[in-house]
Amino acid sequence: MARSFADFGNALYTGEKSINFIGKRRLWYAVSVVLILLSIIGPLARGGFTFGIEFTGGSQFQVHLTEGQDRDPAVAQKAVESVLPQSAPRVTLVGPTDLRVQTEALTDADNRAVTAALVEQYDVSADEVTYSFIGPAWGQDITKQAVIALFVFLIFAALVMALYFRTWKMSLAAIIALLHDLVITAGIYGASGFEITPAAMIGFLTILGYSLYDTVVVFDKIRENTLPGQLSERQTFGEAVNLGVNQTLVRSINTSIVALLPVGSILFIGAFVLGAGTLRDISLALFIGILVGAYSTIFIASPVYAHLRESDEDIKRHDAKALKLRGEEPAATAVADEPASPATSAS
Amino acid sequence: MASSPAVRRARKSLIFLLIVIVGLTGLIAYGVERSGATWAPKLALDLQGGTQILLAAEQTDGKAIAGDQLQQAVSIIRQRVDAAGVSEAEITTQGNQHISVAIPGKADEATLQRIEASAKLDFRPVLTIGMGVNMQQPLADDATAEEKKERAAQEKALEEAAAGPVDPDPLPKSAGDLAWATPALLAQFEAFTCASEEALDSRDAKADRPLITCDDSGTAKYLLGPVELGGDVITDATAQMGTTQSGATTGEWVVQITMNKKGTADFGKISTRLFGAAEPQNQFAFVLDGNVLSAPAMQGQILDGRPSISGGFTQESAQALADQLKFGALPMDFTVQSQEDISATLGTSQLSAGLLAGLIGLLAVVVYSVFQYRALGSLTIASLVVAGVLTYLLLTFFSWRQGYRLSLAGVAGIIVAVGFTADSFIVYFERIRDALRDGFSIESAVENGWKKAFRTVLASDGVNFLAAAILFILAVGSVKGFAFTLGLTTLVDILVVALFTHPMMTLLARTKFYRTGHKFSGLDPQALGAVYRGRAAFREPAKADRKKNVKSAREAERRQTIAERKAAAGKES
Repeated sequence: MARSFADFGNALYTGEKSINFIGKRRLWYAVSVVLILLSIIGPLARGGFTFGIEFTGGSQFQVHLTEGQDRDPAVAQKAVESVLPQSAPRVTLVGPTDLRVQTEALTDADNRAVTAALVEQYDVSADEVTYSFIGPAWGQDITKQAVIALFVFLIFAALVMALYFRTWKMSLAAIIALLHDLVITAGIYGASGFEITPAAMIGFLTILGYSLYDTVVVFDKIRENTLPGQLSERQTFGEAVNLGVNQTLVRSINTSIVALLPVGSILFIGAFVLGAGTLRDISLALFIGILVGAYSTIFIASPVYAHLRESDEDIKRHDAKALKLRGEEPAATAVADEPASPATSAS
Repeated sequence: MASSPAVRRARKSLIFLLIVIVGLTGLIAYGVERSGATWAPKLALDLQGGTQILLAAEQTDGKAIAGDQLQQAVSIIRQRVDAAGVSEAEITTQGNQHISVAIPGKADEATLQRIEASAKLDFRPVLTIGMGVNMQQPLADDATAEEKKERAAQEKALEEAAAGPVDPDPLPKSAGDLAWATPALLAQFEAFTCASEEALDSRDAKADRPLITCDDSGTAKYLLGPVELGGDVITDATAQMGTTQSGATTGEWVVQITMNKKGTADFGKISTRLFGAAEPQNQFAFVLDGNVLSAPAMQGQILDGRPSISGGFTQESAQALADQLKFGALPMDFTVQSQEDISATLGTSQLSAGLLAGLIGLLAVVVYSVFQYRALGSLTIASLVVAGVLTYLLLTFFSWRQGYRLSLAGVAGIIVAVGFTADSFIVYFERIRDALRDGFSIESAVENGWKKAFRTVLASDGVNFLAAAILFILAVGSVKGFAFTLGLTTLVDILVVALFTHPMMTLLARTKFYRTGHKFSGLDPQALGAVYRGRAAFREPAKADRKKNVKSAREAERRQTIAERKAAAGKES
């Protein structure tokens, strides 16, 4: 396997084997549009995003039981209803020994009464029942801060990349891919029915960094391949971009796997050992984000960049010349109409 | 064997890295010996257990508060928490208007209520002053019957006085009227010490009733009249050199206060009344959050609304008082945004689960690297270990010097960083492989690959660091902890790849195992389809011809690669 993987890398590097990422961009665009639509419809079909208590405000009790003790949610329901007959508490099992009860925001007196009722019903010491209160403004505050952070980051990142790559088109392509990743990640997360918590938000925000990080690595190679001295006379611009993507494909695969392995292990531990909580929410958002980010770098960012540049006068001239040299008629969309590369699929 | 410049550089880098690690370890060791540092990063409440309260501070009229005022708010909260006897509480600002209070263990009701109270600055006239500590000596064992009798009579008189009504009847019109000091109130004042429980509740006092309280240091206690003027009349307060009537400086630090129109008029009346009154009723007190900041005596009539406070100030103490008056002038409200109790058991289980997840993730990465890069995988692992050690030391260092606390989100940040860090090595190794494919010898492939890879690593890590820095500055709550570790590990990544991975690779490339491109070295030119075969001996890339497909042959010719062009150039020369 490793052997053939190295061969695969060699073939991609020399251009012997080449996957036509750029030429088939219409297909990838279509796939992404479908994914984005699903990401919007999915959560809507479930009745919109479910926001955690941190965003809606409320009170939360966590009861820590000894192992093997009966964790009947009905007991908690009864305990809360004995104090607040009108309340409809949400009870979730957390980890192997804990139980979480969420209610609307309670007054101090109610909170003490509910704690006492839970202590009595589950027959645990008062130390094992912890209480959290989240005011209704808190969620708005962190959301506002996160949105500000998002915009500031987008502006800075776009500037830094435009300066580094010396073309704003790479910057724009990378940002488009980033937004694509955010929408799809949020969509899949929402469709899974998990609550959006601050931890999930951390995950989304990290995708900002990761998505661009991944794109920058590939774009660096593309930039190298399309430098004035490097772009061969017989190669169209789109082909040079495609070669760059192919040459970094092995790295992209390796990186994605290496990034997914630790995140996957947090997701596993978070979801199956700890249950709902910070670790699960962060890692789920990240897991989806890394997958989507790796996809978008190859299938969205690079084709969009080629797309943006193809209308440039000098690129048009170069492409026409390259096609003429090869005895082909220049076509309006040179790359897309070209016969497929020898090995369009790598199995 | 004479070593090449590359090898010398590599050795220098490695030695530099060693110095950094040893230096950090030494610093922390010194800290452990001398100033209470620990060998492990301190844990945040979600891992340690405790109560976390997030307060939003805003002016009572609903306006947002400015940066300096938030600092003032933090010091008010810190005084409240310290006064409540809570040890090791962490009070920090978050964003523009949030204050996070982290208290180990469970916070009691009284502490919580004290933290939530509004803070305001008031002017009250002084009625009486006393010592903040209980001065009455317990009677000696050999006290005479006479003395005992006298003491008992004193105590009885106090008790009787305390039983009487606290409010005078009718209520005096003037705030400075000594009629406020009823026998009952004086008895309370007598019994009051600054260390007592009541001292904590002085900030809840009613504005239209007298107040018994202490100064900041708790050495003096005051019986003050009702509030005469609110602190919001102060428009500015600065520390400056005092001037005489003629404008010459006195060489003494004073706090110069500027008041608005209403303040000027009211303060004029107060100063007229107090000037020339008997000690200590010629004093007035600035009371912030229930504590007397300063209680100067009135030295003259002040009708221009620009009183200045003088008396043994240093520049620092004058500046501190000016800040307290200026930023405390506007009344502030604190609302609890979130309050979270975390039990110690849950915290521990979260931490161990997080560590377990990290270990599994790391192992998986190790297995994958060895599988992909053979012996080179060991360099990945060694680099990850170095990165891990550096991160651990830095976190410990920050936890000691900057009060950093490792939270669960922070742990997640570190685990995620394993992926980013390993990616730098992957980018580097792939570049070396590319250079090998281009026909470079291993030594020059390492140098060539490094130049290109380091650019890429810097650019991509730069973007990542930008994300972390912006999140750290702008975000609040657990996002901050996550952003911190993410940013830190990004920097560590650059350090490690430049000071460890590359130098090690340079040295390794000189060993026989790698130089000859051993099958398991991960850099076997044959496996990589390199076109270079020993000194100046090239062969055509065989791979392209293997396909007996005419179309593909033409395609290969058309798409001349860099490698082929280089090979062709080599032949011509």
